[in-house]
Amino acid sequence: MPEALTIGTPKETFPGEARVALTPESAKQLQKLGYSCLVQSGAGAAAGFSDKAYQDAGVEIVKTAPSLWKKSDIVTKVRQPNEKELGYLNKDKTLISFFNPGGNEEGLEKAKAKGANVIAMEMVPRISRAQKMDALSSMANIAGYRAVIEAGNNFGRFFTGQITAAGKVPPAKVLVVGAGVAGLAAVGTSTSLGAITYAFDVRPEVAEQVESMGAEFVYLDFEEEQQDGASSGGYASVSSPEFREAQLAKFRELAPEIDIVITTALIPNRPAPKLWLEDMIAAMKPGSVVVDLAAERGGNAEGTVPDEKVVTDNGVTIIGYTDFPSRMAAQSSSLYSTNIRHMLTDLTPEKDGQVVHDMEDDVIRGATVAFDGEITFPPPPPKIQAIAAKPKDKPKELTAEEKRAQEVAAFKEQTKKHVTLLGVGGLFMLLVGLIAPASFMQHFIVFVLAVFVGFQVIWNVSHSLHTPLMAVTNAISSIIILGALMQIGSGSYLVIVLAGVSVFMAGINIFGGFLVTRRMLAMFQKS
Amino acid sequence: MEFGFTTAVYVVAAVLFILSLGGLSGQESAKRAVWYGIVGMGLAIAATLIGPGSGLWLLSVILLAAGGIIGYYVAQRVQMTEMPQLVAAMHSLVGLAAVFVGFNAYIELGHVMAMGHEEREALEGFAAILAHKSPIEQSILRVEVFLGVFIGAVTFTGSVIAFLKLAGKVTSKAEKLPGGHALNAGAAALSVILLIMFLNGAGIWTLILMTLLAFFIGYHLIMGIGGADMPVVVSMLNSYSGWAAAAIGFSLGNDLLIVVGALVGSSGAILSYIMCKAMNRSFISVILGGFGNTTGPAMEVEGEQIAIDADGVVAALEDADSVIIVPGYGMAVAQAQQNVAELTRRLRAKGKEVRFAIHPVAGRLPGHMNVLLAEAKVPYDIVMEMDEINEDFPETDVAIIIGSNDIVNPAAQEDPNSPIAGMPVLEVWKAKQVFVSKRGQGTGYSGIENPLFYKENTRMFYGDAKASLDKLLTQIS
Repeated sequence: MPEALTIGTPKETFPGEARVALTPESAKQLQKLGYSCLVQSGAGAAAGFSDKAYQDAGVEIVKTAPSLWKKSDIVTKVRQPNEKELGYLNKDKTLISFFNPGGNEEGLEKAKAKGANVIAMEMVPRISRAQKMDALSSMANIAGYRAVIEAGNNFGRFFTGQITAAGKVPPAKVLVVGAGVAGLAAVGTSTSLGAITYAFDVRPEVAEQVESMGAEFVYLDFEEEQQDGASSGGYASVSSPEFREAQLAKFRELAPEIDIVITTALIPNRPAPKLWLEDMIAAMKPGSVVVDLAAERGGNAEGTVPDEKVVTDNGVTIIGYTDFPSRMAAQSSSLYSTNIRHMLTDLTPEKDGQVVHDMEDDVIRGATVAFDGEITFPPPPPKIQAIAAKPKDKPKELTAEEKRAQEVAAFKEQTKKHVTLLGVGGLFMLLVGLIAPASFMQHFIVFVLAVFVGFQVIWNVSHSLHTPLMAVTNAISSIIILGALMQIGSGSYLVIVLAGVSVFMAGINIFGGFLVTRRMLAMFQKS
Repeated sequence: MEFGFTTAVYVVAAVLFILSLGGLSGQESAKRAVWYGIVGMGLAIAATLIGPGSGLWLLSVILLAAGGIIGYYVAQRVQMTEMPQLVAAMHSLVGLAAVFVGFNAYIELGHVMAMGHEEREALEGFAAILAHKSPIEQSILRVEVFLGVFIGAVTFTGSVIAFLKLAGKVTSKAEKLPGGHALNAGAAALSVILLIMFLNGAGIWTLILMTLLAFFIGYHLIMGIGGADMPVVVSMLNSYSGWAAAAIGFSLGNDLLIVVGALVGSSGAILSYIMCKAMNRSFISVILGGFGNTTGPAMEVEGEQIAIDADGVVAALEDADSVIIVPGYGMAVAQAQQNVAELTRRLRAKGKEVRFAIHPVAGRLPGHMNVLLAEAKVPYDIVMEMDEINEDFPETDVAIIIGSNDIVNPAAQEDPNSPIAGMPVLEVWKAKQVFVSKRGQGTGYSGIENPLFYKENTRMFYGDAKASLDKLLTQIS
């Protein structure tokens, strides 16, 4: 058996980054998968995990980054690696980290040149099976929560409405733009703090989720067919100019009464759309707060400065921090390290400390951006379709005329069927009548009528009474006793014996059938 | 000699029978409807005994009474779970009676034919009717007798096999002799040849041979049909027993027999149709046995079956506001209906909404579950049909599946390659939580994997249904 691989986590080098990709808790789980774990000294300090805590969890502490990278077969990180870190890679190493493959061609080339395998955590496909390793969602969740907290920190009032001895306090009004993971987290936090919360999204299908969290969904008066997020993997896509206009008009209408705006609108691989314009900010009350979670991509609000808090002339605070998850390092580290741990679980099917990099697996394939000296980004579309199943095409609303036409057509169809049936039936009767003698026809007519009556009557029998129906029909089908009764009196002994047995059997049936039916029916009781 | 009086009574009886069947449209009117049937039957027998059947009437009455006593005894003793067997057994009696009566008609015909003209004029009763037949009428009579005996014989052995299968005395698996349906087809073809020979005066041996063939067809046909298709089989046999009576009615020239036979025949046919539709299978494919061909590999089932213990189920039930119970044949086998009813009573006493969802083919007889629940005193207005309740599952907190499998299989809707694709099923998986009471991890009768058991909101409550429910009842007061 090959030696178990080693997982190492260096200290983040990005200034201000407090998160860490390994926690003592996740280290224990990774060891259960057969790996041994290393951590750079002080890596977890900013997130509240001391070296001692790691040691207690069986993690070996390594002093310097170079020696950690050298000793590790698998390196787990939070931030995209820098030039120097990429230099440590070689063809036996696997890097699991955020990598921003879309905007990091250099890094991809370098990884390719080094021959290392790179798994980019932001590339985990959004399918149900991969939710447990969807680091973007867990980070977005934290960002949404923190955005509300930051807003509250800069907002000079209560969120919740109160009536106190010192006067009445109106509740704050919060608008969340973009109801993705971060948006929904913000909605949840805001409503639980007691604010009146509104949420907007270009994907109307999220209205239900928004409302389920206690916020009000802002609908547009817009006729155009709204886009379906499921077709784009659960993300929003670019909207038409008319739609954008209608959206901005709605925001303009809302701006004067909104105290806190949290914008989370992002479109994959594009700069963030400008949604909260200067005039809206100008219309807001002094003391209002705008938190722009899209600041890293240029921001949704006009006037956002990434990583800064600015106050406009009319006293509106615009927060453009981009490090919300890092501001909650303990929480985000534990979620992120769990995401990583799940990824490694999938990479270690045998739980023997050996990585099986299965490029057939949708999730692993999707997240892998460099493999065996090849750049494998962008991935092919996943075999399994995104999150929500496509809503079935709704049957078109029929106009009154169409309905009428349909009814007429159905009626004609039915009439045609009836007439054909009657025609064939009648023809058949005629044929029979031509051959058979009159005495037979008399009986035959009775027979046909009885079948007809039977069909009409039986269709009305209630479902729950089918068993009694069978018992009754059973009892009355013993009417065959009449034949036996007529025969018993005339003829030979053989006839008498056969008829006698028939009478006897029919007798069982008549009494048994009727009595058991009565017994059953007596049991049916109304509550 | 004509019996105008008898005919009049027959008309009354026929009307009563129609009313009796029509009355079964509702639970309350049904109680009255049985009496219509009983009175109709009483009148018909009495009128026959006084009129055309007066010969040896004492013997008739004695035999009838003897049969009646047995019938009474059986009806009082039978368990409600045994209803399918009872119904099947009673069908076999009707089938055999039809065979005997048919034979009699033929023997009598030969007897009468042998007489001279004067003697014929002096005949009474059934023989007199025969005596007045013209040659072409006689050959029609032969066809009718032949048909009546054939259908009766198939019904007889078919019902006996159905009875044995339902009673668990022979395996409920589909079993066929080598040759399969070719054997049946061969036997049927041979019967047609025998019919032609019979018409050309080949003698009684053709009739006897045909009867034996028909016995074989009935046996082999039903042996080839599996347990879960029994609702169709039983209603089909019900239908056959009616047609046999009608055919005999033709040969005896008795309109009441024809009317009742036709009523019963069409009733059984409709029931079979409803059952087939509920399984989304054609009548032919049920009769030919086995499931339809699949068009591709079945969908892979992902996930695992997660077990739960009684405590978990109790906790979920305590929290639930609305509960739907889906019973199946497993409930009947485990005799768990009393426990189910008790659970229902206790939950309802706590103000929870408890209802039952009945699939048309649940159990082994049309309407089987309704009767079992009624026996356990579950009020019938909370027992719903599939169409009435299927849309309510998404608003239901807990769905409990007791001993049913294929009728709650989501593969019917989700997997176009599934053998049961397109069969209407109860959409239990839409409930917030689903508990499946089941003996073990095996598949159902059809051998189809059930993705329901692997769904995230499904928990498996393993064990005998009755014992499982007992455990629940100890914790819910």
